[in-house]
Amino acid sequence: MGERIIVGISDQKIASNPDVLVSYALGSCVGICIYDNVMRIAGLAHILLPDSANRQDNINVYKYADTAIERLIISMERKGCVRYRLTAKISGGANMFSSIGKSVGEKNIEAVKKELVRLRIRMIAEDTGGNFGRTLEFNSVSGMLLVKSIQRGNVII
Amino acid sequence: MESYDSFNELQRDVIREIGNIGAGNAATALAGILNNKVSITVPQLQIIDVGEIVSVLGGPEREVVGVLVNMTDDVEGMLLYILDDEFVEMVTELLLGEPFDNYRSINEIGLSALKEISNILSGSYINALSSMTNLDIRLSAPEIAIDMVGAILNYPAAQFGEMGDKLLLIEEDFISGGNSVKSHMLIMPDLESLTLILNRLGVK
Repeated sequence: MGERIIVGISDQKIASNPDVLVSYALGSCVGICIYDNVMRIAGLAHILLPDSANRQDNINVYKYADTAIERLIISMERKGCVRYRLTAKISGGANMFSSIGKSVGEKNIEAVKKELVRLRIRMIAEDTGGNFGRTLEFNSVSGMLLVKSIQRGNVII
Repeated sequence: MESYDSFNELQRDVIREIGNIGAGNAATALAGILNNKVSITVPQLQIIDVGEIVSVLGGPEREVVGVLVNMTDDVEGMLLYILDDEFVEMVTELLLGEPFDNYRSINEIGLSALKEISNILSGSYINALSSMTNLDIRLSAPEIAIDMVGAILNYPAAQFGEMGDKLLLIEEDFISGGNSVKSHMLIMPDLESLTLILNRLGVK
């Protein structure tokens, strides 16, 4: 068994075989799980908001979809990952309280997908939306993502 | 006022005082519907990091009831109650005379009771704030989510993510018989509203 590396909100971490990346209790937040299946290196970014535009100067780049994902990809490339091999699985983006208009969760999912297209990362699986919280466990050995939820039970994508 | 971090001592005292008056109002109102079975201690006011709140509330995956109430009109923002299983047990047993097993066993009537308690609590605090500031504050009907506390707290974190990572937390003990249970309330006026409130209170 590898180590469990915890990824907080507006945070990101990289793990290599055999460690597991864990991110607790995502509501409207989205977890972006990037994998290189040759290097067996996994990266997880946990974003809170879609868009860093119109924010103050010294923003936390790990907080926003449009700044965090690129940062994660670059960090993974520095560890020897190769861009064309990278694949993405995403999860989260729930709407915990019914909202008027588009929820933060939906905006987060959209922004993440747009950013993955811009960075030319293939998205191979997603478990998003709904009105329930999720805990993510991303395995660097297999690239499997375990999504745990009290309301719905667990799924692996 | 740039963020919740920047409260000075005087401002904290004034906010604490509003909390005290609100708790007094709430205790009176609750005594009415619960036949005088509940008392409320002086509320503890904390200005706290979003990350810290999660540990105060028992860790990110702890299952809780979150009740959300929006504020509109002169003040924009939200109130979020975080109620744990002990609190829910006390309320459902006192108010409905029904035993409580777990969150899955809460029925529509139990949910209504929790919403009603939240209405009374938020009304009590907001009336105190409203009468001291002479501001009109309208409260929405409460919405309930029962889930991991970390996931529920994403909601205020995302809404208020741009104003720093501190929130205003009010903790209260409800005492009934020999039992004491805690409720936690997050009060989040947006920064413009907060500045207006502090201006009206003369502690800008």
